[in-house]
Amino acid sequence: MSWSEILLYIAVMAIVTYLIRCIPLTVFRKKIKSRFIRSFLQYVPYACLTAMTVPAIFYAADGSFSLGGMMALIAALIVSFFVENLTVVAVVACAAMFITNLFL
Amino acid sequence: MIRGCKNQKRRMFMKEFKCGLRDGIPIAVGYFAVSFGFGVVAFQDGVPAWLSVLMSLTNVTSAGQFAGLEIIAAASGVMLATVLEMILTQFIINLRYALMSLSLTQKLSPSVKGWQRFVIAFANTDEIFAVAMAHTGEVAFPYMLGLQLLPILGWTGGTAAGALACGLLPTSLQVALGVALYGMFIAIVVPVARRSRPVMIVVLLALLFSCALKYIPGAVGLPEMSGGFAIILCTVLAAGIGAAFFKSDDREEDDA
Repeated sequence: MSWSEILLYIAVMAIVTYLIRCIPLTVFRKKIKSRFIRSFLQYVPYACLTAMTVPAIFYAADGSFSLGGMMALIAALIVSFFVENLTVVAVVACAAMFITNLFL
Repeated sequence: MIRGCKNQKRRMFMKEFKCGLRDGIPIAVGYFAVSFGFGVVAFQDGVPAWLSVLMSLTNVTSAGQFAGLEIIAAASGVMLATVLEMILTQFIINLRYALMSLSLTQKLSPSVKGWQRFVIAFANTDEIFAVAMAHTGEVAFPYMLGLQLLPILGWTGGTAAGALACGLLPTSLQVALGVALYGMFIAIVVPVARRSRPVMIVVLLALLFSCALKYIPGAVGLPEMSGGFAIILCTVLAAGIGAAFFKSDDREEDDA
């Protein structure tokens, strides 16, 4: 594929992503009164990140179910319980995946 | 007098900005690791390093970029069809940002001006959003600016490093780097879920729905739902049920 074609796709991606982030942020200026909606919005990031992680992490290696992915999840869960640091947890997940795959 | 006032304003700006920078450091380091993996995958898919770096700089989104890369790698034939597929995929995978941006409007200080919202929107990523929401009180423009700066550099720089170092890494290490993203997600969710029972329940619900959508359709002979749709559906269901049963404590009650 030519680089100009890839450039076009990147531009499309960037524009769509920016508009999604920008429109709600610029249109809504007022504080929302409804406690239901406020609670809902507060829970969104945690629900979303969870749904994105499981079960996708099991298939991260090559699209088929991997034990390494499961070990990465378990290791990250345990460590994140004690250490509140994004980098440490990310590195532990990678290490768990790497070590498990050594034995397979 | 006017000058003194201006200086004071600048000092406040710098203080907030530095506070944001500091909070952004761990995100930037995590992003570097994750986007290193992205750079590696992009290179393997035949995308030149400068283009994957440009993609990271202009998109600043993990899941969307990995999906976009898949489409580019698989693209053949009609360009218009690929563009349409790209728009739809990005829209669905990134629709969660609309919810996050909407949430963020409730957290922003009234001092944030209209044009500043257009700037803040650029890098409202999962992690930056989560950190901004965890910040005590309202967030102002300089804080958001500081918070976004290092993660953008980390994300872009990591992609460059990954694309350039790709040939030097053994495959086993390249594969392992693929879960860095998920490790970061887990590191955001667990500490909050541990402290808040409603969040814990919302997380468990999302987990349940996500696995159900992945495994049940196949078991009963239906096609699997696309990843982006499944994420939106799980998010809305889990957060919706959570909000119906547990109203948040409204710690940031209106000052009025």
